[in-house]
Amino acid sequence: MIDLSNVSKTFTLHNQGGAVIRVLSGVDLSVAAGECVALTGASGAGKSTLMRMIYGNYRAEAGAIRVGGIDLVQAEPREIIRIRRETLGYVSQFLRVVPRVPTLDVVAEPLRSVGVAQDEAQERAMSLLAKLNIPERLWTLSPTTFSGGEQQRVNIARGFAHPYPALLLDEPTASLDAANREVVLTLIEEAKARGAAIIGIFHDEATRARVCDREMDVTRFTPAHAA
Amino acid sequence: MTPLLSVQGITKRYGAHIGCADVSFDLYPGEVMGIVGESGSGKSTLLNCMAGHLRPDAGAVVFDTRAEGPRDTVTMSEPERRMLGRTDWAFVHQHARDGLRMGVSAGGNVGERLMAVGARHYGDIRGKAVDWLERVEIDAARVDDRPTTFSGGMQQRLQIARNLVTGPRLVFMDEPTGGLDVSVQARLLDLLRGLVRDMGLSAIIVTHDLAVVRLLADRLMVMKNGRVVEQGLTDQVLDDPQHGYTQLLVSSVLQV
Repeated sequence: MIDLSNVSKTFTLHNQGGAVIRVLSGVDLSVAAGECVALTGASGAGKSTLMRMIYGNYRAEAGAIRVGGIDLVQAEPREIIRIRRETLGYVSQFLRVVPRVPTLDVVAEPLRSVGVAQDEAQERAMSLLAKLNIPERLWTLSPTTFSGGEQQRVNIARGFAHPYPALLLDEPTASLDAANREVVLTLIEEAKARGAAIIGIFHDEATRARVCDREMDVTRFTPAHAA
Repeated sequence: MTPLLSVQGITKRYGAHIGCADVSFDLYPGEVMGIVGESGSGKSTLLNCMAGHLRPDAGAVVFDTRAEGPRDTVTMSEPERRMLGRTDWAFVHQHARDGLRMGVSAGGNVGERLMAVGARHYGDIRGKAVDWLERVEIDAARVDDRPTTFSGGMQQRLQIARNLVTGPRLVFMDEPTGGLDVSVQARLLDLLRGLVRDMGLSAIIVTHDLAVVRLLADRLMVMKNGRVVEQGLTDQVLDDPQHGYTQLLVSSVLQV
């Protein structure tokens, strides 16, 4: 489902003396449907960078990143947008929303954009928000004023609303208490059971042991730190 | 799929000075493209060339018309271009007063565009005008008031209603949120996003506000000195800018 071959990434900072930072080179990774792979490595090793490249958020310098058979490195913006809408979900660490939009609509939006009817989308959003213990009185409010943990749970609800065949999870359990972490782990297990290919960053070892089928240490693709 | 709009090598000079040079891109149905750059970068010149307000020195602006398929709007006759401007195209000006008739009631402003495409039944026109005022969150009781009695944010929303009432397929916007305070901006952005999604509009938005393009645009084009220095998926250009100028632009935004 997700296939990376020989992927490299360099940042060139034109306004800081043209500094060139080589972050990753020669990454190969293949994730099948129903499989969950954890990215590991110390902070700064390039885990989030790799994840953002798979989402098409960062541009790969070389190599191919195929999701559902389409190479995101070569794809036109509208193709990447279509893949993000239909195939590839991403739960980032931060919630980014239009001010004023109610939580329920924020969560239902991914379903609405693939053509699910309003009622059905709202119903699915309600069930996810309830599952993730977001109090019902908050559903009609914008999540911009929520606490960090609440925002993260809204983000997770949004990411799991549409049954994407491929999912990227950037520390989905980072600031959650035990009960909510359990809910998220169950969601991940359910997604795997329906055949989703998942790549995740999880700092907690117990989480990795429970949901991940294998780990990939990103450090081995980090080039020696050149000046 | 045929692009809705295909811009090919648009160049406009003001004497020896370059307005914009050799700009090309395709815009597909339902896509929203942002154009950013500092003032003087040529983004408004480009927008005016595309919308038929300025005649480019070179290049073509090919629009996929309903009746005859792709046509170059630069070489079509003036009446044909004007007809497009009243039907399939809309233009939202930065200053609402440039896009509104200030001496005519709010309802009249919306109704006028309907009449320009042949609507004659007063009751229908008024009904549609009231409906659109409500869609842009203007109290229907204000339908007979002149826009001079409206706040800046209301005038901007009225301008949007006037533009969208005829169901255009392509909307040009020049700094649609410029000069509005942030709470009004947020409301307008939310409204525009909903309209773009629900009506399946394509739009080209010129702005210098990177937060606006992040929320509204699928794609982004960065201009400097009349030329396109970088273009791509909006979040890719903003989060991983490749060109030195884009890096400077992105890193210059103040964090709140």
